[in-house]
Amino acid sequence: MLDETAFDLRKYLRRNSASVTVWIALLALILFGLMRYDNFGSAYNFSSFLNYNAMFIAIALGMCFVIMTGGIDLSVGSVAAFTSVVAAYLSPYGIQVALPGAVLAGVGFGAINAFCIIILRIPPFIATLATMLAAKGGALVISGAQTISVDWGSNFTKLGMGQAFGLFPWAIVIVAGLTLALWLVLERTTIGRTVLAIGGSEDASNLMGLKVNRAKAFVYLLSGGCAGLAGVFLASGFGAGQPLEGIGWELSAIASVVVGGTLLTGGMGSIPATVAGALLLGLVFNVLNFENGQGTISFSAYWQMVIRGGFLFAVILLQSRVIARQQKVLG
Amino acid sequence: MERAMKLPQRVASMPFRFHGGIAALVALLVFNAFFTPNFLQLQTLFVNISQVATIAIVAMGMTLVIATGGIDLSVGAVMALAGALAPLIFLSDLGSANPMLGVTLAIVLPLFIAGLCGVFNGVMVAVLNVQPIVATLILFISGRGIAQVLTNGNLQTFSNPSFSYLGTGKVLGLPFQGWLALAIACVLFWVITRTTWGRYLLAIGGNERAAYLSGGPVRRVKIGAYVICAVLAGLAGLIVVAINSASDAARNGNLMELDAIAAAVVGGALLQGGRAPIFGAILGAVIIQLVKYTLLANGVEDEVALIAKAVIIILAVWVQQFRRA
Repeated sequence: MLDETAFDLRKYLRRNSASVTVWIALLALILFGLMRYDNFGSAYNFSSFLNYNAMFIAIALGMCFVIMTGGIDLSVGSVAAFTSVVAAYLSPYGIQVALPGAVLAGVGFGAINAFCIIILRIPPFIATLATMLAAKGGALVISGAQTISVDWGSNFTKLGMGQAFGLFPWAIVIVAGLTLALWLVLERTTIGRTVLAIGGSEDASNLMGLKVNRAKAFVYLLSGGCAGLAGVFLASGFGAGQPLEGIGWELSAIASVVVGGTLLTGGMGSIPATVAGALLLGLVFNVLNFENGQGTISFSAYWQMVIRGGFLFAVILLQSRVIARQQKVLG
Repeated sequence: MERAMKLPQRVASMPFRFHGGIAALVALLVFNAFFTPNFLQLQTLFVNISQVATIAIVAMGMTLVIATGGIDLSVGAVMALAGALAPLIFLSDLGSANPMLGVTLAIVLPLFIAGLCGVFNGVMVAVLNVQPIVATLILFISGRGIAQVLTNGNLQTFSNPSFSYLGTGKVLGLPFQGWLALAIACVLFWVITRTTWGRYLLAIGGNERAAYLSGGPVRRVKIGAYVICAVLAGLAGLIVVAINSASDAARNGNLMELDAIAAAVVGGALLQGGRAPIFGAILGAVIIQLVKYTLLANGVEDEVALIAKAVIIILAVWVQQFRRA
């Protein structure tokens, strides 16, 4: 797979038929939006949409790596809430301190996850469930259950509200860079290949002499770091550290990864398709907002949850049929 | 083989099966007896039983699902849905005209709808082969939304003594829902140990492929587990509404999936499946409730209680590791 020089589209489609559905759905929804709404393709909608969804993409990327090893990380939402508070406290020292500080705090929670899962051998679902509670409690303790306002005098809010090179919001640039880097890590490095091998069969990977524990530690630290980054985006985009935010983010992230065609059993997965999955879920909201704005429908916020669930249902149904067909072909 | 075992023997071997949990319970009780003011009073018992019953009822359903190697994230949302439906029914024109019929329907219909949610989860998992976390994620997201759409997100308050009996009634001086939870536990224990359905449930969790190849009705049993879990969650939703004499779709059952999973695991359920310790689930629920109560009664903030809960979950599973080895 690594020494593939020419790009064979047909082969690619066959290998990734599960994740192709997400690209088709994404394109269809974008076309629908472009044809139906005047301002859908405007630069403003484009950049504000991406800016808002940057934190969800960051979390989904980390989650994708965890899921590829066959694990799961339920703590990301609470960790993002925790690190948004950390970032808000560090904001007077500027972005150069707040960003690494908050990401490090996220990595710290990732380290707790890794310790529980690798050393104590606790199932990922339970271990990260516990860290989720701990991070949520921690966020409320260090913030005193209050929203913590960031320092508007420093350069901290530039990250969430300013523009890089006067073109794109910084969050988009950072997430685009992260996506590219993680894609390379997955496809071109030993640790990336090990991650996929673990998801295929952990026992076999161990017997092959792969550094299984190192790769597993890497994915949980990465996921914690990504959640930390999302917390920074949250704090700088909304001007406050928010200990009560992040509820259900882990499930949105899992949904993005699944919609992107990655199986929860691990062993396969695609970074670009995960980003597409996150964009698709975000776009459903965007389209609903436009519909509300046009006055054709007036959906309350409650309907959005119902529709989001229904949408997830449709994609999963489609995916399970594609996968079933794929397995039949492979025998 | 276990069939041949006499009931007394099984009861005798039970403390062994979850001694870690029993030890934790005893430690909690002793600590409270010494340090918590007014702990050894009937009122404390009453408050704790009325609060633990809902966790215990949901945790028992969760235990069945976990026994098949699955998980059900939608229980909290199903609670909200059932809880939102009940007042809608007995406050409707029909319900106010015939109070008896209204209350009966207000209990039966929500449980039926909850059962349908369970069918949905079960079919997704057993027939379409969707992973349980993902399959139940759908209702987790949309179930509470449906409940809020039905009520427009409003808090529904009511005064209906016969419905409120579910959450405020007393039998022999103790809360009705406590007895209800105990009765459900006895029935489920019987089902698991004495019926073929129960045997298949454990067999599926032990080795699904083997259960299928030996002619077991794998799909039916799995769907059944999700249906029972959802109906029990619906019942818990009704009890919460009855306790409060109000239904709040945004808060009813919020984070209950976590409490229920934690209670099941603390009670000795294995996430890989194959074990269904029903009374363990009750024990787990009691431990979680007591920890909450202990911290609260000693002036520890709610936030710190979350961290304590996290540590308990980790410890419980860690101890489990040794028992398996």
